[in-house]
Amino acid sequence: MTTFWLLAPLMVVSALGLLFVRKAVHAALCLAVVMISLAVLYAALDAPFLFAVQIIVYTGAIMMLFLFVLMLVGVDTVDALKETIGGQRWIAVIIGALFGITVVLAIAQTVSGAVVGLDTANANGNPYGLAELLFGKYVLAFEFTSALLITAALGAMVLAHQERLTPRRTQGDLAAQRMRDYAELGRHPGNPPTPGVFARHNAVDTPALLPDGTAVDASISPSIVARGQVRDGYDDDIEIVQRQLEGRDTGDDTIGGEK
Amino acid sequence: MTEYLSLSLILFTIGAVGVLVRRNAIVVFMCIELMLNATNLALVSFSRQIGNLDGQVAAFFVMVVAAAEVVVGLAIIVSIYRARRSISVDDANLLKS
Repeated sequence: MTTFWLLAPLMVVSALGLLFVRKAVHAALCLAVVMISLAVLYAALDAPFLFAVQIIVYTGAIMMLFLFVLMLVGVDTVDALKETIGGQRWIAVIIGALFGITVVLAIAQTVSGAVVGLDTANANGNPYGLAELLFGKYVLAFEFTSALLITAALGAMVLAHQERLTPRRTQGDLAAQRMRDYAELGRHPGNPPTPGVFARHNAVDTPALLPDGTAVDASISPSIVARGQVRDGYDDDIEIVQRQLEGRDTGDDTIGGEK
Repeated sequence: MTEYLSLSLILFTIGAVGVLVRRNAIVVFMCIELMLNATNLALVSFSRQIGNLDGQVAAFFVMVVAAAEVVVGLAIIVSIYRARRSISVDDANLLKS
């Protein structure tokens, strides 16, 4: 019972968090707390198999799927505060509260009697007992769930499928395009040089040099250009590096330097 | 056993209210999952009270169906998002008129 009284307030608070938090990711975290606590309650209720399944299927698979889709559609989407139906929020809360109070009172007044407990049913172990029911009495339902799961997988594939609107560019198309560029624009059909070819450094921030000594801008990643960290390829900073290695760094001149 | 059932009903009510008040389709979906979990708790506690495992088998089936439902539902949400760039349940009124 201690487990229950520790976990129940936590679960109710996290479930309420599902109603009040703004961001969908926080709602997912609240739901994960509820589900893990539920798993512990299952263990307390003599259902060790469901304890494992709850953690593996719900917190492991389903919550991951939720988070995955959240990342796919953008985590920063927040609820619109405008109500489509006037006063819907208050009506929903009042009806929900009435419903909750009614059923809790009904349960408190009607459900009683001794708790039999699962000691006899779990005599051979809980998974054994469940398997006996699952593959005996409920085997037909079990078969139907396999059909259901296959249908669901097919449905998800059909729903998430996207038709290609443009034909796919094959390697042959790309090669033909390169040769056409060479014929019409004079662009070299081969690979562009990698950073540092013929330059003083072979680091990614040093542009390659052409045979006539001019730098090839296309050999540098655009993000390095945008950060202004491109060296000019002629930097005479080997002496600076040597001084730094010998501990004689004056600190006033840095390697490369921004142009 | 009444405490477990009351907790399950409270969680179910919170989930139902969440379905009614939230606008983000994914959060609405999470509230539905909360309701399913609440019913599972009720099934498992009834199973313990009565003393046979049928309730636990029922909870197991609920989990399987919930997994299938989540897969299809999230695929629907993704395809709606692709078409309309929004996952607010108020924006999805294609069936209207």
